[in-house]
Amino acid sequence: MLEYVDKIRDIARRLLSENKVDVVIGFRQGSVPMMSEPAVISRPEDVDELYWDYNCGINLTNYLTKRPDRIGIVAKGCDSRNIVTHMVENQIKREQLYIIGAPCHGMIDRSRILAALGDQEPTKVVVNDSEIVVTGPGLERKFDRKEYLQNNCATCIHRNPVIYDELLAAPVEEQKLTNRYADVEKIEAMSPDDKWAFFDKMLAPCIRCYACRNACPLCYCPTCFVDEARPQWVGKSIDPTDVRTFHFLRAYHCAGRCTDCGACERACPVNIPVRLLTKKLNKDVEDLYGFEPGMVPDVRPPLDVYRPDDPGGFIK
Amino acid sequence: MTSVIIAKSKLNDFLASLKSGYQVLGPIHQGDMIAFGPVNKVEDLALPYSNTRLSIKSVFFPQSERMFGYSLDKEDADAGIIKETPKEYPNRVVFGLRPCDAKAVTLVDVNMDNPQYQDPWWVKRRETTTLIGLGCEHPCSTCFCTSMGSGPFDETGLDVLLTELPDAYLAKSLTPKGEQLLKQAKGTDAASPAGEKTAAEIKTKAEQALPKLETAKLKDKNMMELFNARFWERVQFACINCGACTFLCPTCWCFDIQDEVSKKAGDRIRNWDSCMFPLFTLHGTGHNPRDHKVQRVRQRFMHKLKYYIDKYGDGPACVGCGRCVQACPVNIDIRNVITLMNEYQTSAGTKA
Amino acid sequence: MGNPYLPYPVRIDEIITETEDKNLKTFKFVFLNPADEQAFKYEPGQFAELSIAGKGEIPIGIASSPTETGFLKFTVNKVGLVTSHLHNMSVGDIMGVRGPLGNWYPLKQLEGKNIVIVGGGFAFTTLRSTIVYLLQPENRSRFGDITVIYGARTPGMLLYKDELAAWEQRSDIHMHITVDRADDPTWKYNVGFVPAITEQKAPSAENAVAIVCGPPIMIKFTQPVLEKVGFTPETIIMSLEMRMKCGIGICGRCNLGTEYVCKDGPVFTLAQLNNLPKEY
Repeated sequence: MLEYVDKIRDIARRLLSENKVDVVIGFRQGSVPMMSEPAVISRPEDVDELYWDYNCGINLTNYLTKRPDRIGIVAKGCDSRNIVTHMVENQIKREQLYIIGAPCHGMIDRSRILAALGDQEPTKVVVNDSEIVVTGPGLERKFDRKEYLQNNCATCIHRNPVIYDELLAAPVEEQKLTNRYADVEKIEAMSPDDKWAFFDKMLAPCIRCYACRNACPLCYCPTCFVDEARPQWVGKSIDPTDVRTFHFLRAYHCAGRCTDCGACERACPVNIPVRLLTKKLNKDVEDLYGFEPGMVPDVRPPLDVYRPDDPGGFIK
Repeated sequence: MTSVIIAKSKLNDFLASLKSGYQVLGPIHQGDMIAFGPVNKVEDLALPYSNTRLSIKSVFFPQSERMFGYSLDKEDADAGIIKETPKEYPNRVVFGLRPCDAKAVTLVDVNMDNPQYQDPWWVKRRETTTLIGLGCEHPCSTCFCTSMGSGPFDETGLDVLLTELPDAYLAKSLTPKGEQLLKQAKGTDAASPAGEKTAAEIKTKAEQALPKLETAKLKDKNMMELFNARFWERVQFACINCGACTFLCPTCWCFDIQDEVSKKAGDRIRNWDSCMFPLFTLHGTGHNPRDHKVQRVRQRFMHKLKYYIDKYGDGPACVGCGRCVQACPVNIDIRNVITLMNEYQTSAGTKA
Repeated sequence: MGNPYLPYPVRIDEIITETEDKNLKTFKFVFLNPADEQAFKYEPGQFAELSIAGKGEIPIGIASSPTETGFLKFTVNKVGLVTSHLHNMSVGDIMGVRGPLGNWYPLKQLEGKNIVIVGGGFAFTTLRSTIVYLLQPENRSRFGDITVIYGARTPGMLLYKDELAAWEQRSDIHMHITVDRADDPTWKYNVGFVPAITEQKAPSAENAVAIVCGPPIMIKFTQPVLEKVGFTPETIIMSLEMRMKCGIGICGRCNLGTEYVCKDGPVFTLAQLNNLPKEY
């Protein structure tokens, strides 16, 4: 996947110098191991700032919302599905975009690698398709990349962009998985008391920073429900009831729209696995409505549409 | 001030003796993070450690705190009258915080405790808390404390500074509070010149290992020209305006005050807030002076790295702990911004 | 150590609806504890946080003058959660007042000078405090000419109508009341926007200071007029509105450059504002 760097730069240079787009949105190389910084390039001479590696887990579609200009954007499979959702939800127009599709090999999970290193600090991390090589003071370790993919990448079946103007490489083979929802099913099988305890513990570290919400391309409401004052739906403190309300309701607002891009989990500064909530709702929507978000540009999500034969068994 | 040795084999005795006079807090494992929590014995401590995820500020300034309570029961003679929430301020010791965090606390003091107004909860907690810092023998690659007026063995804000030696901690008292604590503690022995010499060498080596960011020119910059610089457009793009940096930062102090009501009674509480949030400056009329992301991103850096310096003649309001560098989901690096600001050409500074 | 976040309990003594759209009401508060009133010594230009248990707090300029003893007056615009609740309260209800907060119009430094007061809409409240203070017999002689230019959208939107009429009759103050438009044929004062009337009626800037308080749009167009007449940024005094919470320079919300609008302001000279970011 590292060969994408030169291709991205070439395409960006071409698009900008031929005035096909006003800006190109991609990533800059991170200043910290296993990070990358979303970047916007507006001049052909700056395209060498663009970069690509196995740390580009943030969803760039987040930066498209309501932009008025013509944009070249680098999009992985999940990102491209969010572009589709954005189009369906009138947050961007297809004709504004030149989508540089990146068939994705899977991004690595920074927090799991840091946890595995314990108190040893990585100063350099080099990743290729097979391994992650970590070096630091008194430290040299190798990790199998397949074992340390972001959780959403490990269960991804849409690594190839579903919509694009140009691909950076030939499509990759999609993963054949027996059960993408094994982690959700484990929780579904718990007793109500166990579930309560599980989510209580999971959400205890939450500091209401809203990194998860703000990293999510779906969360573009001008005033989020947690910020409303008249009436105030949710308290602003770290009282567990309010924290749970925020997370559960946000997951519901993403139901049938979430592409499991993992940006929320990547963004969380206290490592809460928030995808366990959104993934459960994705599973429910798939089971009830047979719908997978972001695959086709002219289909509205099920919770947006009324059909007389909609399943209603869950309405009590 | 005195120096003593606490042999690692006697650390449990030391901690146990503290518990008779203080509640002891220290870095402990909480999930896969390290946070300040109750410490009863050595085994509770998450040592060795680099730094806590959330800073020391929660110890003095909890994220959510009840300020007042009131009855809303019309039958009550006191309905609608706002009353102080009773609080306790037990003596506490924080064992093992890093010098950068202690320095940060002193930078926030000027805001919370000044001649005109004193925040009673902050002041009370500061009075009743003794800080035992643990110097950093191996600073992290994202630390830059020596560039921000602090250092791996900086003494600012601490009552006692510990330096870890091979088999013991060298403990140096820095204030009367620290002196009193060491005098009453058990498990201490007299320090030796050899131990002190080793400690000095460890300190020098740690300081030299840290990168040097230039910050000296910040105070002489013209504030308005720095404000109007073109580079803010470039800095702000990636920002997603979450509160990760502000909530983890030991020198960020902004908070919101809200009333929460349940049936016929309520509380006035305060919660951490962030200048990063779009609604932070929203007026009741709907006017929002910082409704563009670039204004909010600029506000945070200008406040920490320029306004604070101009206002108080101290600072900057950053201690180089590196938490924001580690936590920012989109890798906005304050070290880059510091350099951009320090190198930006302006005419001579004007203190407002 | 007192708790600067704790409000003094007060009772609503009187409520007057000021404007024809009913969105502005003047509240008269009486302290429950006389000692609190003693502690609440204020100057024209300061504000207080009005506190309603269960709803929140709002920063409102003090409309009464310190020369009016026994009560406090605030004129409040209904815009949000707390103000809406306050507007629905009744005489006799209990609430809280925290203050006095902020700095004040530097009237001591203006002794011997002519004062030009320019106000628009419901920002006139602290200017009322100033005018009542200046017109007190023991104060008036220490100041030169006093000129007031005050405008609202329509006659029904003017505040303190009875007092305006009374001041109009006085010889020791020049009143220029104006409205943007008047459908009332009995309207006997000016018609025109405040900046335009200021240009027509503003007296000489020599030995004079202008105190300006109004919505951003009025200030934007009045400022050049004043400068044309000869006022300098040092002789134009303004009072800023800002989102505030603690009101005591601790919570950080009203931070503007090096200043806290609640503590170092809200009164600033134009010269000071020119050296601060335009984020207000």
